[in-house]
Order: sequence, then structure tokens, then C-alpha cells
Amino acid sequence: MKNAVIGNNKQKANLIVLGAVPRLLYLLQQETSSTELKTECAVVLGSLAMGTENNVKSLLDCHIIPALLQGLLSSDLKFIEACLRCLRTIFTSPVTPEELLYTDATVIPHLMALLSRSRYTQEYICQIFSHCCKGPDHQTILFNHGAVQNIAHLLTSVSYKVRMQALKCFSVLAFENPQVSMTLVNVLVDGELLPQIFVKMLQRDKPIEMQLTSAKCLTYMCRAGAIRTDDNCIVLKTLPCLVRMCSKERLLEERVEGAETLAYLIEPDVELQRIASITDHLIAMLADYFKYPSSVSAITDIKRLDHDLKHAHELRQAAFKLYASLGANDEDIRKKIIETENMMDRIVTGLSESSVKVRLAAVRCLHSLSRSVQQLRTSFQDHAVWKPLMKVLQNAPDEILVVASSMLCNLLLEFSPSKEPILESGAVELLCGLTQSENPALRVNGIWALMNMAFQAEQKIKADILRSLSTEQLFRLLSDSDLNVLMKTLGLLRNLLSTRPHIDKIMSTHGKQIMQAVTLILEGEHNIEVKEQTLCILANIADGTTAKELIMTNDDILQKIKYYMGHSHVKLQLAAMVCISNLVWNEEEGSQERQDKLRDMGIVDILHKLSQSPDSNLCDKAKTALQQYLA
Amino acid sequence: MGIGLSAQGVNMNRLPGWDKHSYGYHGDDGHSFCSSGTGQPYGPTFTTGDVIGCCVNLINNTCFYTKNGHSLGIAFTDLPPNLYPTVGLQTPGEVVDANFGQHPFVFDIEDYMREWRTKIQAQIDRFPIGDREGEWQTMIQKMVSSYLVHHGYCATAEAFARSTDQTVLEELASIKNRQRIQKLVLAGRMGEAIETTQQLYPSLLERNPNLLFTLKVRQFIEMVNGTDSEVRCLGGRSPKSQDSYPVSPRPFSSPSMSPSHGMNIHNLASGKGSTAHFSGFEGCSNGVISNKAHPAYCHSKHQSSNLNVPELNSINMSRSQQVNNFTSNDVDMETDHYSNGVGETSSNGFLNGSSKHDHEMEDCDTEMEVDSSQLRRQLCGGSQAAIERMIHFGRELQAMSEQLRRECGKNTVNKKMLKDAFSLLAYSDPWNSPVGNQLDPIQREPVCSALNSAILETHNLPKQPPLALAMGQATQCLGLMARSGIGSCAFATVEDYLH
Repeated sequence: MKNAVIGNNKQKANLIVLGAVPRLLYLLQQETSSTELKTECAVVLGSLAMGTENNVKSLLDCHIIPALLQGLLSSDLKFIEACLRCLRTIFTSPVTPEELLYTDATVIPHLMALLSRSRYTQEYICQIFSHCCKGPDHQTILFNHGAVQNIAHLLTSVSYKVRMQALKCFSVLAFENPQVSMTLVNVLVDGELLPQIFVKMLQRDKPIEMQLTSAKCLTYMCRAGAIRTDDNCIVLKTLPCLVRMCSKERLLEERVEGAETLAYLIEPDVELQRIASITDHLIAMLADYFKYPSSVSAITDIKRLDHDLKHAHELRQAAFKLYASLGANDEDIRKKIIETENMMDRIVTGLSESSVKVRLAAVRCLHSLSRSVQQLRTSFQDHAVWKPLMKVLQNAPDEILVVASSMLCNLLLEFSPSKEPILESGAVELLCGLTQSENPALRVNGIWALMNMAFQAEQKIKADILRSLSTEQLFRLLSDSDLNVLMKTLGLLRNLLSTRPHIDKIMSTHGKQIMQAVTLILEGEHNIEVKEQTLCILANIADGTTAKELIMTNDDILQKIKYYMGHSHVKLQLAAMVCISNLVWNEEEGSQERQDKLRDMGIVDILHKLSQSPDSNLCDKAKTALQQYLA
Repeated sequence: MGIGLSAQGVNMNRLPGWDKHSYGYHGDDGHSFCSSGTGQPYGPTFTTGDVIGCCVNLINNTCFYTKNGHSLGIAFTDLPPNLYPTVGLQTPGEVVDANFGQHPFVFDIEDYMREWRTKIQAQIDRFPIGDREGEWQTMIQKMVSSYLVHHGYCATAEAFARSTDQTVLEELASIKNRQRIQKLVLAGRMGEAIETTQQLYPSLLERNPNLLFTLKVRQFIEMVNGTDSEVRCLGGRSPKSQDSYPVSPRPFSSPSMSPSHGMNIHNLASGKGSTAHFSGFEGCSNGVISNKAHPAYCHSKHQSSNLNVPELNSINMSRSQQVNNFTSNDVDMETDHYSNGVGETSSNGFLNGSSKHDHEMEDCDTEMEVDSSQLRRQLCGGSQAAIERMIHFGRELQAMSEQLRRECGKNTVNKKMLKDAFSLLAYSDPWNSPVGNQLDPIQREPVCSALNSAILETHNLPKQPPLALAMGQATQCLGLMARSGIGSCAFATVEDYLH
């Protein structure tokens, strides 16, 4: 059987159909079978697993994994190796759920113990770990069973395959895991610290796979906070290595991985972004990522075309991601990116690609570039970025919506020339829709964009927003569990309630509800910023002509303002003071009555007290208010 | 400020890059200038405190710059050869520190070179050989086989030919003859070598008077050394150190053998002879155990004389050979150990334990005397008769030289050779004289290979084995590449491929 199935997928399928798997598993588990027989069974099963994904599924259906794991308890090394080889093949298949490795809690410790048996057990076990370690739970299990100590010394194994698989293990263990990463920096192997060993593994004469994987290890350790971003091993070793991985000389797969890892490395650090931007013409190098499939490959070589097509999406999204990281903070870098041949066109095209991954990356890239005031006014306008963006926002998956709406916030800033056309294309409806999302990030972005939209807007837009949002939704947002949502909603209210005619207009229609909401928040348990924002809203209302009365007739609110005038926090005192100041302003109709009412409440005494305040701002405001009484 | 490269004769009053054959990277705008007044956007600007590196790659004729250790990418391609590093300063008071490697570079240039070394080696490894039906393999096998034959490794050659289905062009007997002569030359026994050559190849030396002259001059030198048979039979004892042929540093020049090889071969030989003595000698360190002389005597002697083990080893081995090859045993003791031991043990298998026994005492005696003489090497081994013989021989040589000049005209090589040889007599301790290196056994190698080549030529066989030719060719090519400015030769040396 072994000889019949080697390299022959058809034969493998035939044997499986004929029911060979249960029989082989039976022989493999049978007490009376000799070790030679058991070993041969494991070898044939391993060969079957090497076939198509369907083969692997058939094997899984026959519960091959527990049988093979059981086999690992044998004392015969050859048999153990055959079982591990087969397990390795099965676990590296995309159809195998990695959870199967963790269902029996005794498996991981036993595998750790087998690591010392031979270079083959080392290779296979490390390969199984690196494929089955997905997420923090798995990392923790492996870590708690001593993965770091057990695998570290394999990095100096004589076998290249063992070294390589051990390295891969560390890259998956360290990813987004501060605990593992912090441990790794201090591990000694043959008197050398692990980061030094990784640095040696990314020397330029090492195989590309090794350079790339050790660069990943160092990147993950750096992002997890275990290595500083200004450490030489990051700045002078890891970063240049990853830039080299993006060069034309590398395979398409390597270029994708290189760019993605580099994007991750430099994302939070502007200095690394600056260094990467000048290294080996990276920004121009990335422009090549958009040239697949090339016109040459289409004509000359059908195989090459197929290969190029397969990787084209991956290449584009990787390039977008890296551009997004590069342009995250530095204005000059953003400018350089946008000045790269046809880059804006490419990104705009990317927004409407069929692949979600590419669209997401393109939106991220644009979002990063949209932080530039200058670019918003120029390139973004020239390329009518808002058009495809509005399209992306319709029916996109949440992950895209989060980034796209966040970018919309930038495009709706008052100085952005895109603001008008976006409004015309039905943004208000769309954003109001977002505020009802389950996803807090989307709610924030929705309300944030509305806030930006309402800033110094015309009456019509404000009315549109209020109508579209509905007061019910507004109140719901004011009691949102997410602080950010609450703050931006208050911000929206404040922007809506600016300039006197607007204030009066809105308060005449929604006065009752707004006053209720304000009371509610001032009474609730909120932090200083929220209260301050709310008092500012009151101050705006107090600035209205008719709206003033809503405050003056509400003794409860007046008492609250009085309370905040004497609050221990200056910011709140100031906000309350502005409110009073607006109410007592004497050039306005009915100011005498208001002044009298407030004096009766004891406000003037407080004003006198505050005019002695050490805070100059507060003192000035109090004096100005008192002057209104004198006039 | 501009940093870059210029060919000879470029105007030194202008920033590098502006003129023809000049290239530069300018700090004020970060542009690169490729023999032109207008620059191309290249890298960041640079200013006070920045470290700018400029690297010219002589393999692909490109240039890149670095700023504070970060590579900025390729600036120029298709660079001409012979460019000089150039710095142009424009602002009064500008100061530049230049580092040509006297301090470590900020940029990791070693790592960059490692990458290129790997690339070049991969290129060599993957060089297409256009293999048609095992042609390449056959050719390699022929090269190996002809090399073995050339140097007279007859048993190895035979075995190799058998296992690779080849025919050996030369007859086995002929190979053995050559081997015999070579051994004599390398042992410094020139008289015998000449005699044997004349016996086996009667007209060879007649037709090559210059070769004969070379051999005779060498014989003269060996007489001074005390190694030539003619002086040794006159009672001269050679210093051991002169006799033991050292390991050749040139792996393809002669069939010399390393001590460790000798040791293995010898053990094999002794195993075949008589193993009875083995057990008694375990007290002696490694190779010595097979010495079949009186154990206690030998043992103590070795210790007192501080002889090292490989030497002893070779002595023992030579003894096993002499039995077959020579009839006069008294002078052969320490001489033959650099011959091809494998050949003798595996193909000929001539060990004869009983006949060897007679010489055991002598072996030890010889050793004894050698030890003492090692301390003071004497002209012709210290024997007066030998010195007289040497002087006489010198006169004959002088006469021969004159005759040669009359017949063939002046020959500066011959003249110098003779002069150098005679100069040995001008010093009280020729071994430590300025011309003493002639006495070095390694000088026997060229003589040996010249004689070997001449013999092969008479059989219409190549003067040099194709393997040596190929190596020479490769070495020459690398030299030519270096002279022609083809940089990749820096990362390819023939030695890298000789393990």
C-alpha cells in the first residue's frame, strides 16, 4: 500500500473509498500488532494525509487524531516519529480544527517531553505548535507548559529544519503577547540572549525564510513592549531586513509578508516610520506592488499569469497597509506617498475592489493620509475621494465601516472641500444609521462625523441632522455606555446650539427634551469633561433670545448652575460662569428681571467671592458679570 | 556639500556629480547627480552630525548611499571603473571627517558583503553544466583517474577505474616505475633516481640534457644535505629532520602524505605482518605500538630523545616497504614513508614478517644515531669521505655545465641553479644560511614533477594531469578577472572548493 499510494492522489482516494483508513487505524491500535506493523500503518496514513484536503477530512472523520496521539505513548521512537509525521501533516492542513490539539490536556505536556527524543520529533512537534497556536489562549497553554525553555535550545540545532520550525514557534508565541515576549528577551541559549540569536538569523546570507521569520519574532517582541523601538536590533537590523523583503528580488509571497510585518512594526512609532520612508526607496518600491499581473506576464507565460493573479490582491493590500503605517504621523511622508506615481488613483481604485481585504487596506491607507489638512484640501479634492468612499459605506462589513466612517469624520471637517458634496450625497442619513449600530466604534464614528458636520453649519443642515437623528435617538446616545459616544453627542448638541437664531429655533422645537437631558446628565455620575460639556450647552442656550427663558423658568437648573459656580473644579466654575454671564447681559430685553431673580438666589454674593479668585480667568469673568449689574 | 565619486581628471573645483565621469549626492536638496547639472530626487537631505556612507559595488557596478547606517537605495548604475571617492565642499568653514574603514562603519557593510558572497557562490553552484547522459560525471571521473595515474597512486587508480568502469591508459608497470622514481627523488636519493631513470627509460635523459643537469644539481644539494645515497653509503648519517618529508602545503603538487595518513596505513600494514607484538606495546603512545623492535629498549629511547610520534610512525612504515623495493636495507630505513602506502598494502601485499626481523636492531640503532645527529647537522652527514665525494661530484657538475653551454648555448636558469647550489658550501651551517632553503625537502617537489612530466611525455601522456590544469586555469581566470575589474572574483577562490 505504501508504495502504491506514494505521490498518487488517485490511489489515495481509492484506498480511502475502499475503507483502508479504519482498518489501518485498527491495526495501529491493536495491542497484538508488532511495532513494525504499527509503524508501517502510521506511515501509510501519513501518506494518505499528504493528499487532497478531502483525504484529510476522511481521516479526521475516522478519528485519526486520538489514535495517533495514543500512539505517541509508545516507547518505540520510529513509531513515535511516524505518528508525529502524520499528525504534523494533518494539523498543517487548513481543514483541521487546531482545537483538536488541546482537547486532551495531557497531550501538550507529553509533546514537550518528546521534544528531546530526536531531531524529527523536534521538527514535527515545533511545526504542529506553530500551526496550532492561534490566539492568546493557545499561547498561554503552550507557555505554561514550558514551550519557551523547551524550544529555545532548538534554535542552535544542527538541523536547519529544526531551527526553522523552532523559530516559527517563537513568532506565533510572541505575537501580541507581552508575557511571552518579556520572557523571550531574557532567555539565554549557549550564553547568548535570544534577541541576539534572532539578529544572527536575519543576516543577509541566511535563507530568506529564516531572515523573514526572525524579523517577525523581533517585530512581535517589539510591539509587545519587550524591545524598545529605538533598540539597534530593531532600527539597524529588523527594519532594514523587512525593507529588503519588499524588494523586487524577493518572491511575491515574501514581499507580501515583508510589507505586512513592516507595517505592523512601524505603525505606532513615528521615528521608525521616518527611517523606513528613507530606506532603499521603500515608497517607490511599494509602487511596484500594483504592477501585477504585468502586461508581460500575460503574454509570455500562462503559468506566471496565474501566479501573478493569485498574488495580485495580496500584494495590493499589503502595500496599502504599509503606506497607511508610513503615513500615520508624518506630513512629509504623506506627501511623498501621494506624489508617488498615480498613487491617489490606485488607492481610489482600491476602494472599489471586490476583495474585502484590499478595500479595507485601501480605506486604512486613505484614512491615514486624510489626517493631513493640506492633502484634504488638494489631492483628496482633486480625486473626488468622497465618491467611492460613500459607496464603500453602503453595505460594507463592519471592519471596513469603522475605518471608512472614521475617515469620513476627517472629510467632514469644516475646512474640507469635500464636505458639501458628501452632504449632498445623503451622508446625514447614513451617519444617523451608524449611530444605531451595535458596534460602539461605529456609533462613535457616526456621531463624531455628525458633530463635525454640524460645526458652524447652516440652519438647514442642523435641522436635517435633528430630524434624521430624532430626539429619541439623541437621548439614547446621551445614555450610551460608551463615554466617547456620550462626549461626541454632547459635542453635537453644542455645535447644533450655536449662533442665536439657531439656538432659539432649535430650543423652540426641542427645548423641553433638551432641558430634560441636560438635567439628567448634571445629576448623573459623570466625569468632569462630560459635565463641563453639558454646562457649555447650557451657556449656549443662555445665549439665545427666547431660549434664555427655558433656563430662567427652570429653578432646578438655576440651582445647579449656582452649585457648579462653587464647584472645586475651575473648568466647571468657568462654564457655569459663562452661563450666568449670558443670562445677566444687560443690553438684552428683560435683563433687569433676570438680574433681580439671580440676585435673589444669591448669585451676586458668589460673583463677589469669585472676583477675588486666584484664577485670573475666573476672576475676570466674575468682574464682567458684576459690571452688568452696575450698568 | 556633495559626496560621491569621480574619475581621474575631473575638475576638482566643482561639486561631484556636475561634470562628466563624476557622481554625487548633495546634502542641501538630497538629490543625486549623475554627470549632470540637474539632479534627480534621491534621498533625504543631510547636514551637520549626519554620517553619510557611499558604497560602490564592483560586481554589478552600482552605488548606493547610507545615512546614519540606513541604506538609501541605489543611486547610480552602470558605473565606469576606476572611480575615486570625492567630497565637494561649497560653504566656507565646512568640515568633513572621512572614514575609509579605519573606524567601524555605522552601516553593516559586512552583512552586505555576506549577501553578495552567498549570491556569487550560489551562481557558481548553479552554473549550468549542460549535462548530457552523464557526460559531466564521466568527465569528472576521468579527471580523478588521470590525476591518480599521473602521480602514480596505482592501487587507488586501479580501484577507482574498476568501480567507475574506466580503462587506465597507462600500463600498471609503467605507473609503478614512475612511482618508484618519484619516491627516490622525494627522498632525496637523487643518484639512485637518476640511475633508475636511465635504466627504465634509457634515452630520456640523453634527450633532455637540461633535465639531467637539474637532477644532478639536486643530487649535489642532497649530498650536502647528507641524504643522497652516494654519500650515505660512505658512512654519512642524515639528520632525521632532513629526511622526514614534511606535509606538502600544496595539495596537488606531489604524492606526499600527511602523518596521520601514514599512521593509519602503517597500522594496517603491521596488522598484516605480525600482530603478536601489538599487545606488548600499549605503553607506547599510538602509532608507535607497531614498532617490532625490542620493546623496552625502543621505548626508553624514544622518550629520552623526544621524538614525536608521526616521525616514528613513518619510520616504521618505511621499513615495511623497503623489504619489497630494495635489496640493500641499511640505508633505506627512514626514507620511503611518503610513498603511497595504500598501493603497497592493498594491491601488492608484500609484507614479509620474517625477513623484517633481521633489521629490527638496526632500526633502533638508526634511530639512536639520528637522534643525536639531529642536534648538530653536519655537511654530508659528517663523513670526510662523503665530503670528498661531494667535492668531486661538484667538479663533475661544473664540467657538465660548461659542456652544456658549449653545446646548447648560455642558459641563465642553469647557471643560477648551479651558483646557488655551490653557494651552500660557503657557509659553515648551510641549513641556516641565506641559501639554506634549497635544502628544504619541499624543493624536491618541482624536480620530481619535472622528471615525472618528462617520463609521461615519452609515453605521449599529458605533462600535467587535467585536474591540475583545470585548477591552474581557474586560478588564472580569477587573476584575469581581478585585473579586468570584474568584482565577483573577490568572492570566489579556488581554495574554497578544495576540501
